Amino acid sequence: MNVEPTNRSDNAGADEAAVRRAITSSPRPAPAGRVSAAITFGWRGMLKVKHVPEQLMDVTITPVMFVLMFTYLFGGAVAGSTAEYLDYILPGILVMSVVFTTVYSGVALNTDVTKGVGDRFRSLPIWRPAPLVGALIGDSLRYFLAGFVILVLGLALGFRPDNGIVGMAAALGLVVVFSFALSWVFTTLGLLLRTPAAVLNAGFLGIFPLTFVSNVFVDPSTLPDWLQSFVKVNPISILAGVSRGLMHGGVDRNDVYIVLAVAVGLTAVFAPLTTRLYRRG
Amino acid sequence: MNSSPAIEASGLFKSFGETKAVNGVDLVVQSGSVYGILGPNGAGKTTLIRILATLLRPDAGEARVLGHNILTDPDAVRAGISLTGQFASVDEDLTGRENLILIGRLLGMGRPAVKARAAELLDAFGLSDAGNRLVKTYSGGMRRRLDIAASVVVTPDLMFLDEPTTGLDPRSRNQVWEIIRALVDGGATILLCTQYLQEADELADGIAVVDHGRVIAEGTPAQLKASVGAGALSVRLFDAVDRSEAAGLLEKLVGAVTLEADPASLSVACSDAHRAASAIAGLARSGIGVADFSLGQPSLDEVFLALTGHPAEDAEPVEGGVR
Ligand SMILES: Nc1ncnc2c1ncn2[C@@H]1O[C@H](COP(=O)(O)OP(=O)(O)OP(=O)(O)O)[C@@H](O)[C@H]1O
Ligand SMILES: [Mg+2]
Repeated sequence: MNVEPTNRSDNAGADEAAVRRAITSSPRPAPAGRVSAAITFGWRGMLKVKHVPEQLMDVTITPVMFVLMFTYLFGGAVAGSTAEYLDYILPGILVMSVVFTTVYSGVALNTDVTKGVGDRFRSLPIWRPAPLVGALIGDSLRYFLAGFVILVLGLALGFRPDNGIVGMAAALGLVVVFSFALSWVFTTLGLLLRTPAAVLNAGFLGIFPLTFVSNVFVDPSTLPDWLQSFVKVNPISILAGVSRGLMHGGVDRNDVYIVLAVAVGLTAVFAPLTTRLYRRG
Repeated sequence: MNSSPAIEASGLFKSFGETKAVNGVDLVVQSGSVYGILGPNGAGKTTLIRILATLLRPDAGEARVLGHNILTDPDAVRAGISLTGQFASVDEDLTGRENLILIGRLLGMGRPAVKARAAELLDAFGLSDAGNRLVKTYSGGMRRRLDIAASVVVTPDLMFLDEPTTGLDPRSRNQVWEIIRALVDGGATILLCTQYLQEADELADGIAVVDHGRVIAEGTPAQLKASVGAGALSVRLFDAVDRSEAAGLLEKLVGAVTLEADPASLSVACSDAHRAASAIAGLARSGIGVADFSLGQPSLDEVFLALTGHPAEDAEPVEGGVR
């Protein structure tokens, strides 16, 4: 009464003699340096983008739906015509889409740490923050892709901003820089909370109000005063405004500085915090 | 390789809130040996390994691993160890091959060397067919083998294996045991945590039994088993009515009989297969129908009962992960 395992061919077992040979034959090189370790983890991040495209889909589907829904359902009512509304909403949705993706940086870090891989990485003779830094390289690629999808969708729907491709690229670049900084907030969260699901929930609990109570969807002049004052100082609004300015012209330099200052501030506070928490484990 | 011990620890303490996970552990592991840490859920095995692997700072005590102080020189410790954690320490979102390449690159191997090494290990560990599949599609046994392979991409001076066969079916367990034996033959030094006496018995040269963060017994497998009083012959009868007669007979042929909760079952302390066989034959001659019987080693429960006088209760349910 021998019950065959279903995946017998994969489950062939080990070759003892080969195992013995394999462990006696390897010389010990010097471990990878800081840069090389970080780049190796960057490679891991890219592989994940390739192997788990769902993660990218999850965060781009919502913004894509918003573009379609808002443009065609409310565009006429809110902005007079769908084309005009697309002009208004697309730079903002670009911001939203990429900013949403940053939450997943925290989720991925939490997954690493709570599963056994984190322990293995931390037991290797390499620069401790290397997995973090490397992950951010892979994440930046994901941010670019998320933004890229929205821009391509916009072009397909007839979005033709005055500053053309250059303006779009500049906006995408700035949004990615800001998101890179913002992602440190979520990596910190990722190390403080217990499960990936908790990070996801907490992350979106913060990011949802911030993106919706902004100028991404509507011109704030239609809002009540008390809400307007919040919308005006909301960094997401300022970033969306700059992104609009870069694409359509008339960008406010001061706002660009504010965005960069917020990015530097977030990084200055949360990058060391993440690194400290990560080192401590 | 020098002759100083691979691990020397004294007075290690670590508590999490009220829980004293590691409560004063002294440990010496010689290089070239396999040392087993045997204990039930929540005994503190994983915590001890994480301290020795420099992942967790102890509250008190000190340890030298491969001759280096874990607190003042953790980098030197990490340069010589590898860790196969209790919860698969491989990346599920990568393929098996990519996992091995990742570790090899981090350990400083060149690109062509690491490719060849990954192929060699996949082959040796019986994973060459599955090498290009994502690890999340692997069975538990395959995952474990990959996990161990990842720990020997560059041969370590000391390996930590945390419950390498928990949750595996007997066949996969045997495969993992074969791998560990091969590693031992190749001269590896291993600290092995396990919940199974049989596993420690099969693989380890020395064993420490831990409970509630303390070492409660230490010795070779033979010494430990002797202290527990060897194994037991368990018999289940066709008919519960025969039990008292069977008990009398076994008492005469073998020794003190224990009546089990199942009214048709009884067991008797016995480690000798010949005696067990003649006892079963004796039952048959007296016309007592035996439904089944087994000659087993003492379980961890029995070791515990013998060593502590209390059964090994599960301290706490295991959570999804360890922080
Ligand atoms: N990070 C932590 N925070 C709080 N308590 C912890 C933590 N890690 C371990 N513990 C507690 O410490 C005790 C020992 O845990 P440990 O994981 O070391 O046991 P173990 O022997 O490895 O058990 P198992 O066989 O279940 O893996 C348990 O009571 C556990 O709940
Ligand atoms: Mg454990």
